[in-house]
Amino acid sequence: MSSRQELLSLTDSGIYCPPGDFYLDPSKPVDVAVVTHAHSDHAYAGSNKYFVSEKSELLMKMRLGEEAVLETRRYGEEFEINGVIVSFHPAGHVLGSAQIRVEFEGEVWIYTGDFKLTRDPTCEPFEKVECDVLITEATFALPIYRWTPPDELSRQINSWWRSNIDAEKVSVLFAYSLGKSQRILKSVDPSIGPIFTHGAVENLNKAYRESGVHLPETHYVGDIEDKKEFTGGLVIAPPSAAGTSWLRRFGKHSTAFASGWMAVRGARRRRALDRGFVMSDHADWPGLIEAIDASKAKRVLVTHGFVDPLVRWLNESGKEAEPLK
Amino acid sequence: MNLFTNLYLSLDQTNKTNEKVAAMRDYFRKARPEDAAWALYFLSGNKPRQIVPSRRLRELATELAGIPDWMYEECRNTVGDSAETISLLLSEGGNKNDLPFNELVRDHLLPLRGADEEVQKAVIGKFWTDLDRAGIFVLNKLISGAFRVGVSQKLVMRAIAEEFGLPVDIVALRMMGNWEPTAEFFRTLTDANLEDEAPIARPYPFHLAYPIEDDLSKLGSLKDWQIEWKYDGIRCQVIKREGEVFLWSRGEDLINDSFPEIVAAAEELPDGTVLDGEILPFRHGRILQFQDLQKRLNRKKLTDKLLAKIPVILQTYDILESGTEDIRQKPLASRREVLEEIAGVEGTIRITEPLRSASWEKLDELRDESRSHGVEGFMLKRFDSPYRVGRQRGDWWKWKIDPFTVDAVLIYAQKGSGRRANLFTDYTFAVWNDDKLVTFAKAYSGLTDEEIRRVDRFVRDNTRETFGPVRSVEPVQVFEIAFEGIQRSKRHKSGVAVRFPRIHRWREDKKPEEADSIETIHALLEEYEPEANR
Repeated sequence: MSSRQELLSLTDSGIYCPPGDFYLDPSKPVDVAVVTHAHSDHAYAGSNKYFVSEKSELLMKMRLGEEAVLETRRYGEEFEINGVIVSFHPAGHVLGSAQIRVEFEGEVWIYTGDFKLTRDPTCEPFEKVECDVLITEATFALPIYRWTPPDELSRQINSWWRSNIDAEKVSVLFAYSLGKSQRILKSVDPSIGPIFTHGAVENLNKAYRESGVHLPETHYVGDIEDKKEFTGGLVIAPPSAAGTSWLRRFGKHSTAFASGWMAVRGARRRRALDRGFVMSDHADWPGLIEAIDASKAKRVLVTHGFVDPLVRWLNESGKEAEPLK
Repeated sequence: MNLFTNLYLSLDQTNKTNEKVAAMRDYFRKARPEDAAWALYFLSGNKPRQIVPSRRLRELATELAGIPDWMYEECRNTVGDSAETISLLLSEGGNKNDLPFNELVRDHLLPLRGADEEVQKAVIGKFWTDLDRAGIFVLNKLISGAFRVGVSQKLVMRAIAEEFGLPVDIVALRMMGNWEPTAEFFRTLTDANLEDEAPIARPYPFHLAYPIEDDLSKLGSLKDWQIEWKYDGIRCQVIKREGEVFLWSRGEDLINDSFPEIVAAAEELPDGTVLDGEILPFRHGRILQFQDLQKRLNRKKLTDKLLAKIPVILQTYDILESGTEDIRQKPLASRREVLEEIAGVEGTIRITEPLRSASWEKLDELRDESRSHGVEGFMLKRFDSPYRVGRQRGDWWKWKIDPFTVDAVLIYAQKGSGRRANLFTDYTFAVWNDDKLVTFAKAYSGLTDEEIRRVDRFVRDNTRETFGPVRSVEPVQVFEIAFEGIQRSKRHKSGVAVRFPRIHRWREDKKPEEADSIETIHALLEEYEPEANR
């Protein structure tokens, strides 16, 4: 590239847009932040003003605090920040998650944030938006990562739950509390048995329900006094609860973790889990390649994850690509 | 093969012994004998020779997946296992193949060895298309000769014994030695009504000892114990029946060919004799290093030169059969009397002389002399103990000398495999040579999972350079490395090779300049290397 200033580039505080003087997903307090989604590694508190997607508002408030100044925008709605045109487009990652489109002097950049192409009934499907330059994530950018289809995943989780009931064990399924947990709730068959949730999950369920996502009935674990009630149940808890005394209340139980990392046996066995379900809210390898092709970007900048393999793969396929700097 | 694949996955997914036994019982109950025999063959650690080299498998996989070699390497480094990497790259989900396991192995896989490359490609490619991810994974393990699953032979025997209502030692006896994985064998193995008629080559299961855990006072009076040096050789059962001699190693390999002088000596034993002992490299009245013994094992053909350079003896310490009678249930003291009639204290087969000591304390002092005798501590055996089956607590103990230890600096790290895939768990350590660090040993084990995670983070945060899977790191972390033996080596920069190196402790209290120097190690070498090797 020439010495011309890039429209978006990486700084200590996050991805910065010099003409617009705003940051995307800043990791430190800044003046103006445009945030893709409410996961804690993307939405940091302390900035003066936040632009967020309308659908993510409730989740953002939980993450950033009630006092945070939020400007919400609908998907596809264009708005200006210091003469730079910005808009949110569904990323299919979690409820309200967005790709950010940034346009200045006729040049269009897309920052995908975290995204997936897999069908997810708890959020809006990924939108394919064309651009000149694409900044993509690369969390699972190796061809070994290819996700189990959603229907098959549902079957697997249901049958694990049923077999635990036969073995008189409570099913404890670890999943990230924002997004993955709700996606699981929508994937399982609630007629199998009662569903219980850890406090962290229940709070987010509430936000999802208030945002208009219908979820099956859940019971907050803390409300249960008689342990017998857990019999035949499915408990959804964040991964941080694994191996803690919190689990003792369930008596005999079987543990599982729903994550893209569970694709690899070593990762599963290291955690000493009974089961691993390969379920991710990120794009798998075919998804990444499909999204990159669909963007028709002339240049691809790669960040977070298996950056070098993806860059090299794209280069060898004749695409201009480099790590985001 | 689905039943077998599921068994493999069940065993792989749990580290609880009871669940493993239950999974195996379930398999053996459902499988047909001709399939179960092959499953047993693999589970008990047998491997057919590599059917297709892993290099070929990799070439085929990259071709079918349409990826370059470097991408395959990236994937493999992340997964930590070739068979699994290929299954992740290629599987398309569905499973369209459920050949009987014995047919799969016998008719499809074994004939691939040495087959035309095009044939290998066609057959393996078809399986990779037809099987699901788990199936491809297990298939790859079978053909690459890397089949390993976390069950011991003992556990497999337990599953068979429990499922078919047999005593474990009968199962062990029937599974000793060479057997063919046939339906016939499996039926015989599991037949509870069969009278055992031992073929003449069949060895007894070895009685093994645990390391001593408690303080010695719990062992009671010293008078009840027979004390022997613990030899560092190859455990061997010598059988002389009907004029024939069989030497069995603990791995149940027949090792007659490697030790002709012991075979010759055993031919002089009375018929119907079975001895237990240790093969040792021995010259000019001294025990040589264990590494020397391996030279005898590894050779296909022994030269006269090697036989002269590394002669061996059998140090025998027990007798299991005398005059064709199984005497394992007699007390050790009585067996010893029988043994003394058969073997003398000199010659190629010689009896171990028990040690005497006035007290446990005195014995402990004697233990410090172990290294100068070329042994690794003591065996403690109760005079009234029978010869039991397998590893048992109670009346046999090994009491080993403390290992050598050296403080060394971590300089390289590499990702592990299997359970440790994607974590930096394989380390190279160095010691000082003036102001330079020279590599001295590699070690993989000894840290807790928590420490491994911390070292992993240290490696990621302190990488200096990356060479493929290996990273060089800032030389600041000191570890105490333990090892059992030391020998000169031209292969290592430090000029020494150590035996069984492992991490003893992470010395976070030490600065790198406090690590040991090469002089310390050369001093150990001078002190303990047998003169014969100098």
